Amino acid sequence: MDKAILFLEDGASFFGRPLSTHGESAGEIVFNTAMTGYQEILTDPSYAGQIVTMTYPLIGNYGVNEEDVESKKIHVQGFVVKEFCRKHSNYRATKSLIDYLDGNRIIAIEGIDTRALTRHLRLQGAMKAIISTEDFNPASLSKKLESVPSMEGSDWVSKVTTEKKYIWDRDGQQNAKYKVAAIDCGIKFNILRILTRLGCQVHVFPATASAEEIRAINPDGLFISNGPGDPAGVPYVVETVKQFLGKVPVFGICLGHQILGLALNGKTYKLKFGHHGANHPTKDSINERIGITSQNHGFCVDIKSLNKDDIELVNVNLNDQTLEGIKHRNWPVFSFQHHPEASPGPHDAQYLFDYFIGMMDKNKK
Amino acid sequence: MPRRNDIKKILLIGAGPIVIGQGCEFDYSGTQACKALKEEGYELVLANSNPATIMTDPEFSDHTYIEPLTPEFIEYIIKKERPCAILPTLGGQTALNIAMKLCENGVLEKYNVKMIGADYDVIKKAEDRECFKKAILKLGLEVPNSVFAYSLEEAKAASEKIGFPVIIRPSFTLGGTGGGVAHNMEELEKVAALGIESSIISEIIVEESIIGWKEYELEVMRDHKDNVVIVCSIENFDAMGVHTGDSITVAPAQTLTDREYQSMRDAALAIIREIGVETGGSNIQFAVHPKDGRMVVIEMNPRVSRSSALASKATGFPIAKFAAKLAVGYSLDEIENDITKETPASFEPTMDYCVVKIPRFTFEKFPEALETLGIQMKSVGETMAIGRTFKEALQKGLRGLEIGHSGLDNKLNFKEIPDEKIKWRLEEPNASRIFYIKYAMQKGWPVERIAEATKIDVWFLAQIAQIIGLEKELMNTFSDKGEIPDELLRKAKEYGFSDAQLAQIMGITEAEVRTLRKAKNIVATFKLVDTCAAEFEAYTPYFYSTYETEDEAALQIEKLVKKSGLRKKRIMILGGGPNRIGQGIEFDYCCCHASFALKEMGYDTIMVNSNPETVSTDYDISDRLYFEPLTFEDVMNIVDVEKPDGMIVQFGGQTPLNLAQRLQEAGVPIIGTTVASIELAENREKFAKLITKLKILQPANGSAVTTKDAVKIAEKIGYPVLARPSYVLGGRAMKIVYDQESLLRFMEEAKEVSSGKPVLIDKFINDAIEVDVDAVCDGKETFVAGIMEHIENAGIHSGDSACALPPPTISETIMEQIKDDTCRIAKALHVVGLMNIQFAIQGSKIYILEVNPRASRTVPFVSKATGIPLAKIAAQIMAGRTLKEFGLSYEHIEKLRHISVKESVLPFSKFSGVDIVLGPEMKSTGEVMGIGATVGEAFAKSQTSASQQLPVTGKVFVSVRDEDKREVMFIAKRLQDMGFSLVSTRGTAKVLKAHGVKVEEVGRYEQGKGDMLNLMTLIKRNEIAMIINTPSGESSQYDMRSIRGAAILHNVPCITTLQGAREAVNGIETIKAKKFSVQSLQKWYMAGRDR
Repeated sequence: MDKAILFLEDGASFFGRPLSTHGESAGEIVFNTAMTGYQEILTDPSYAGQIVTMTYPLIGNYGVNEEDVESKKIHVQGFVVKEFCRKHSNYRATKSLIDYLDGNRIIAIEGIDTRALTRHLRLQGAMKAIISTEDFNPASLSKKLESVPSMEGSDWVSKVTTEKKYIWDRDGQQNAKYKVAAIDCGIKFNILRILTRLGCQVHVFPATASAEEIRAINPDGLFISNGPGDPAGVPYVVETVKQFLGKVPVFGICLGHQILGLALNGKTYKLKFGHHGANHPTKDSINERIGITSQNHGFCVDIKSLNKDDIELVNVNLNDQTLEGIKHRNWPVFSFQHHPEASPGPHDAQYLFDYFIGMMDKNKK
Repeated sequence: MPRRNDIKKILLIGAGPIVIGQGCEFDYSGTQACKALKEEGYELVLANSNPATIMTDPEFSDHTYIEPLTPEFIEYIIKKERPCAILPTLGGQTALNIAMKLCENGVLEKYNVKMIGADYDVIKKAEDRECFKKAILKLGLEVPNSVFAYSLEEAKAASEKIGFPVIIRPSFTLGGTGGGVAHNMEELEKVAALGIESSIISEIIVEESIIGWKEYELEVMRDHKDNVVIVCSIENFDAMGVHTGDSITVAPAQTLTDREYQSMRDAALAIIREIGVETGGSNIQFAVHPKDGRMVVIEMNPRVSRSSALASKATGFPIAKFAAKLAVGYSLDEIENDITKETPASFEPTMDYCVVKIPRFTFEKFPEALETLGIQMKSVGETMAIGRTFKEALQKGLRGLEIGHSGLDNKLNFKEIPDEKIKWRLEEPNASRIFYIKYAMQKGWPVERIAEATKIDVWFLAQIAQIIGLEKELMNTFSDKGEIPDELLRKAKEYGFSDAQLAQIMGITEAEVRTLRKAKNIVATFKLVDTCAAEFEAYTPYFYSTYETEDEAALQIEKLVKKSGLRKKRIMILGGGPNRIGQGIEFDYCCCHASFALKEMGYDTIMVNSNPETVSTDYDISDRLYFEPLTFEDVMNIVDVEKPDGMIVQFGGQTPLNLAQRLQEAGVPIIGTTVASIELAENREKFAKLITKLKILQPANGSAVTTKDAVKIAEKIGYPVLARPSYVLGGRAMKIVYDQESLLRFMEEAKEVSSGKPVLIDKFINDAIEVDVDAVCDGKETFVAGIMEHIENAGIHSGDSACALPPPTISETIMEQIKDDTCRIAKALHVVGLMNIQFAIQGSKIYILEVNPRASRTVPFVSKATGIPLAKIAAQIMAGRTLKEFGLSYEHIEKLRHISVKESVLPFSKFSGVDIVLGPEMKSTGEVMGIGATVGEAFAKSQTSASQQLPVTGKVFVSVRDEDKREVMFIAKRLQDMGFSLVSTRGTAKVLKAHGVKVEEVGRYEQGKGDMLNLMTLIKRNEIAMIINTPSGESSQYDMRSIRGAAILHNVPCITTLQGAREAVNGIETIKAKKFSVQSLQKWYMAGRDR
């Protein structure tokens, strides 16, 4: 029978079976606890450089479709599950997940005790890993992992950002009320869909765009997107963002939030195994509710590093008390660590987009 | 806001007796609520009429009222206890309805009682169809389309607009008569015409049919700060059209994309907010069109439900406990998730396994009942199974059902089943449809064709096809190679194949399969249910088995031993599995008590059960919980990892007892009464010898394996005889047999039930008083805790008949004799633990009918009636304590100032077409208890609790056998004095008339003489308020059955003994004089002690 190994940096190994794509692929391994939304996860650019394992064991049940994508391609470095579904069922499905993965030459393996793997990662922390269908020798696999760059400090954004500036769904936006400049660090389509639906014309800029280029469109607000890797790896974005603070409303999500944190002179650090799932409770002091949020991050803004005179902590993760959202006391600037655009995940925090619109409204007047 | 301090005392209402549709899940939710509220320091008043519940144990609340659950009685309790608040959302529909009535009739206002959990308007909005529909539409959500029509033309236009099939519902008819489904114009013309005709206002509703749509449920919780979480999503295997309670269901939802799931979640959040459920759990049902994804809202329960119990067990999130805490002021983020201890309850559980629930039916008890499933629930229990895949969970579930399947195996040879039959079995939902899906697949039907016939989603069917595909591969491989390669064997275990299934494939024994796979290191591993898919460390020891690489149970046990530095002794308790008639909540009560008692003694307790409705499967009852099927294989897998120092098999009913022999042979240390003693009590011959040696009377008897022997024995001892298979519970297949012909029929039926074990044949003792005895013994001494006198003729299963404790009419001499016999039998059988004996008293003779050296159905009733925690004591004795240490004495019971009456509750109204007859086979689903200072009061309360309210006016039918005629006069006179009119058959009428009682003479049956009215007609016309009929001899036994049947159908109290009649009359007097009083168990016990 066809065999594959998932070999971890600390020497642990798990054996499974590959789909039709063979070969090797390495990256940081993380687990995601969402029970639905594998297609969104696969296409989320924030997973660039990562091998993702799903804790829910049955994956592929509803196939894939044309609509539930978060970018133009699959970004994960590898996909690890307990069992792939052989016959999906959903009225929107256009093909099976297996065909989708195979068609995109993604190394995906099944038959793994994903719970044991998850427990291992919880205890030992996220780490580098390699999937191979060819090499089963621990020593040689270990060697291969050495050459894989660590997540910390590296710039993954440049690999996923748009090459050229573009406007999202230009046809659908004849009477846009707001012009939003979005810095694409690996932006998820659902953010663009929501902003557009709320009356924004969204100009998506490459992460390397200069403040001047952005200023040239005279935006009503600046949006800093989610994206992969370490915010410390993209100082150039941090510098760009600094130019806009206090001038136009600024809204950051996930990596965008971390970048804003750095721009406000805070510090970031790497979490042991990150937050990846769709059930994380956060306490929001803006709407005074607990939101169940969609999360996907390995790094975090250090609460202690922020100047509380300027910055208000508006959202905290109730599981581990880490920072989930900040708001500037004087400027129209705020950002959230979790994903209000969801996709996948609950819509509890979607009101934050309206909040951003409100800020732009106010600023316009 | 933390805990509310404006409330001090809370009244919690339970759900009453177990009936179909309202099972022991409400004991689970109620018990959790009791614990949560006590923990918060509230003074707790509890009302429930069901003595078999854990929640009615006196230590779970401060004031425990076992009283009828009617607005009237709850008002008595409120008047007496003056609670500040009433919590009605944890006791099913019963509790909700009572609270609504108390609000409507002003009682709550009068006594200044606040409704917490959900208030009147909210419940109204959720439960009133029109209000609910309005609320849903207001949110922009959909309900099934419907249009009113007043003529055939309008109906035609409406159905064209809606699209076929449509459902026609006439307005204002009784019980939906005149309604129906129309699939085309032709059918519509008929159905609509009939509908318009049968509606008194000529109005029909033409409604879109959603039969065949996909069905989903979401469990939602909300707190007063408006935080809302979804605890669990459930997808039904069976499509819309089958009651959720009768559907196989799966958690989490399997075939929804995130986008669809989130829009369902958004809808649920909007609905709970719009309806306004302020705190607590609710359940919302949706239907989704399989082809276009259109979603409609079906209904909502603004309370904890059967599904919430399932969701709690499926996820580990204790909904009822949190609902109770939310009701007293906490918000979700203020409650700790007990499982992780570091994260708050305000989150949504995520699962890394698949859960399958399968309903348990008992159509075998009601052979005439229509097996077809529909919108009225028919199942009496359920089993839940957890696996890493759907395939594994489904097969575990099927073997956990205990219906003779060890997975998705074949009971029939598929080749012999005609396609026509398969088609019909697939199209019409029924209990065995899952197996017909298999037969169809084996015959080569494609998944799509099966999906078309069943409306079951192809995802599920394709999963089943994988199981069947693997089975075929296993068979082929084995027949080719003569063995199964390791990798394939492992895959089979991962697909949930049991050793028994593999044994069949390989043609070896189950034990050989076990040895074989263990040698290949293909062994079960245990995973934790932790609400968070391993994201956080979990402390709660709740496990399921699967075939993976890591065993968390072993890890946790090792860690525990390391941390404490010592290995505590472990005792494993086997539960009863899915509820069925004859084996239900009573045994779960005993198992829970065993766990409490052994924990107290310092043991680590390990619970094994597969029934999600139960208290025993709450993860904080035992030190470790294994949610597993109760089969030899699954139990042994746990034994392998736990290595228990003792195992208790005598508390969980017949299920664990059936495993006892094999477990013992496998070296499991079974504690308490030995398997050999249990075997001795079941073995008629050996037992008869023992009884003869003890010089105790028993009905002439014998046991037979062959039909020939059976006939011989019956002839020798003389008809009528009581015949039954051995090793079954609840009198399964037991019958009173009056002649050879019926005996032959019985033997044919018994074959299926007893599989080779002998059939027991006893002389049936006519006209006897039956007595049930529960005792506890430590091997040397015996304590007789409860002697119960049946208020029914012998011959009706003890589980179906009413009984009183202490016995009202049994003389002291007889009582002493009963106690003496019990002690001698216990000693002779070396009973260590519980024992139940049934005696029949005929004049001054005491016959022994049956001895069961194990927990009986009456243990909780006896414990509630006497205040002696029998099951607890028995468990501690099994673990080595002696009876002496407990200082028990029968005097304690003699000093009690109250009488307790137990009455059974029957499920007949749910099974249309069933001839309602009671006999030696148990048919009741539940029981209630009435407590009073007099037998009359206790009896009247028990009847009220069982929804058989004694009448205060009307016609009473009296007909008694000759021996009773003198005495019935007094009863008749008293009835007449109270304003009842009497009707009677000739013989009794003559006697009554002679003594100046006015009585109308009637015939007994349809064929009454001339134009004389007869009883059956009167019952059918609802003209009879009560029946007193003491039957004599065989023919009238038969008669009595049909009378009783009609009586149950028309809700007429039917009394079969003079003793019962006397108590009924006393009860009626109590009702008429409004002399009812309510009293808590705690007060009754105290009154007994002070005497």
